[in-house]
Amino acid sequence: MKKLMNDPEQIVSAFLDGLVAANDTLIDRLEGTDVIVRRSLTPQKVGLVSGGGSGHEPAHAGYVGKGMLDAAVAGEVFTSPGADQFFAAIQAVDQGEGVLLLIKNYNGDVMNGEMAQEMAEAEGIKTEMVIINDDVAVNDSEQRRGIAGTVLVQKITGAFAETGASLSDVKRVAEKAVSRIRSMSVALKPCTLPAVAQPSFDLSEDEMEVGIGIHGERGMERRDVATSEKTAQLLLKSILKEIPEEAPLALLINGMGSTSLMEQHVFANDVMKQLNRDIQHTFVGDYMTSLDMAGVSLTLLALDEELSKYLEAPVHTVQWTQY
Amino acid sequence: MNNEQAAQWMRQTAEKLVEHKDELSKLDQFVGDGDHGVNMERGFRAVVENLDDWKDLSLSQLMQKIGSALVSNVGGAAGPLYGTAFMRLGTAWTDVDQVDGPAWMSGMAKAVEGIAQRGKAQAGDGTLLDVWSPVAAILDENEPDWKKIEDAAQTGMEETESMVVKKGRGALLGEKSVGHLDPGAVSSFYLFQALAKTMDEGEG
Repeated sequence: MKKLMNDPEQIVSAFLDGLVAANDTLIDRLEGTDVIVRRSLTPQKVGLVSGGGSGHEPAHAGYVGKGMLDAAVAGEVFTSPGADQFFAAIQAVDQGEGVLLLIKNYNGDVMNGEMAQEMAEAEGIKTEMVIINDDVAVNDSEQRRGIAGTVLVQKITGAFAETGASLSDVKRVAEKAVSRIRSMSVALKPCTLPAVAQPSFDLSEDEMEVGIGIHGERGMERRDVATSEKTAQLLLKSILKEIPEEAPLALLINGMGSTSLMEQHVFANDVMKQLNRDIQHTFVGDYMTSLDMAGVSLTLLALDEELSKYLEAPVHTVQWTQY
Repeated sequence: MNNEQAAQWMRQTAEKLVEHKDELSKLDQFVGDGDHGVNMERGFRAVVENLDDWKDLSLSQLMQKIGSALVSNVGGAAGPLYGTAFMRLGTAWTDVDQVDGPAWMSGMAKAVEGIAQRGKAQAGDGTLLDVWSPVAAILDENEPDWKKIEDAAQTGMEETESMVVKKGRGALLGEKSVGHLDPGAVSSFYLFQALAKTMDEGEG
């Protein structure tokens, strides 16, 4: 294994320091924690906190800023941060209007988030949690993972929260976005955890893993590696089953960490050719990675007027800025 | 068990987790993401590093501190599960200086209840609860038989191999999860093995 790092056990902390150092007008690190917060909060706004294991950069710290998240909590690589870290983030961003936690559906994240909510409640801070579970690779809806679609949910919810809406209203919009977004991924090469130093699963040169999550966990099915065209067809088939037929779409092609932009756009082209639908927004790039995994995920969001409006709204974060 | 023995229990557990770190991570590669050993070792190391500062605490406070340290430092799903278990021991032992038979029985019952609530799981789901639950079940008013506890933990751990995992990332594998030990059950076995060793030495 070759990685540009120092002590593998300190890699998350070193990453956070680097991110803040490079973007110190936008974000700050909450002292003594692994929480990244906005330099200045929009007054009298519901706080928006997300977080989870590290290794998915730019998620989530790259999306902290006006129009998106107020704080992001970074766990160890692929490991949920502890409840105390989520609680520190909640305390830091609460302005009396309450805080919404946007949590990807993994047991650890949900449990730590719930414990943090209990701690917040004891301090008189109102919180709500919305669980994101866009991964159609998993049939059982209770077990569905949160993957790249999470970023679009954060974008829309963050923009809506900027309007000064109430906690229950912000929660409603987040839940609507979650109910209309679906994703699925494929891996061509596994990733390597800095502290483990060996690939997360074995995948031979002529195979691909379909229906992977974002933690180097194994996928649902192993197949012979296919062309971009065939891969697009395969993922679209599963996702479209759950997307309303008439709705205009937002499309996100997400690189998993070491897939070239050339490949991502080849794949985007195949997806758009096959979709034959009204695609109002297309995003291509590394939005939610899995360390150095090679592969892509495909996300479709069925838009309505409200979701479109807040997807288009201004945002200013390290990774995503639009005016 | 008194405060000093509880501290010794934590040291013994940390030693076992260091020794078996790679084994735990390897087990976790099949059902999860392969870092259970790393996370548990980090969590218990944090506990051990604090033990000197905690030596004058009541047993109840000590358990609360251990629980919080595990939530903060293990992270993932194991952090809140182990953390909740120790915090519940702390709650159950509020007025206890020395844990005896009845205290073990009530404390472990609370710990098992806490793990089940936190993880929304039950015994038979192929998780660490399949070690904690049978251990709690064999306790009665008498001073615990540590050999029996270690055996119950071991049997519980071994039984997870034949279970279809119903909670956590392993649940995504469905039937494919059969034939694999649950990493959390294995780390729990080491925890109870360390407890048995500590208490045996205490009596010897």
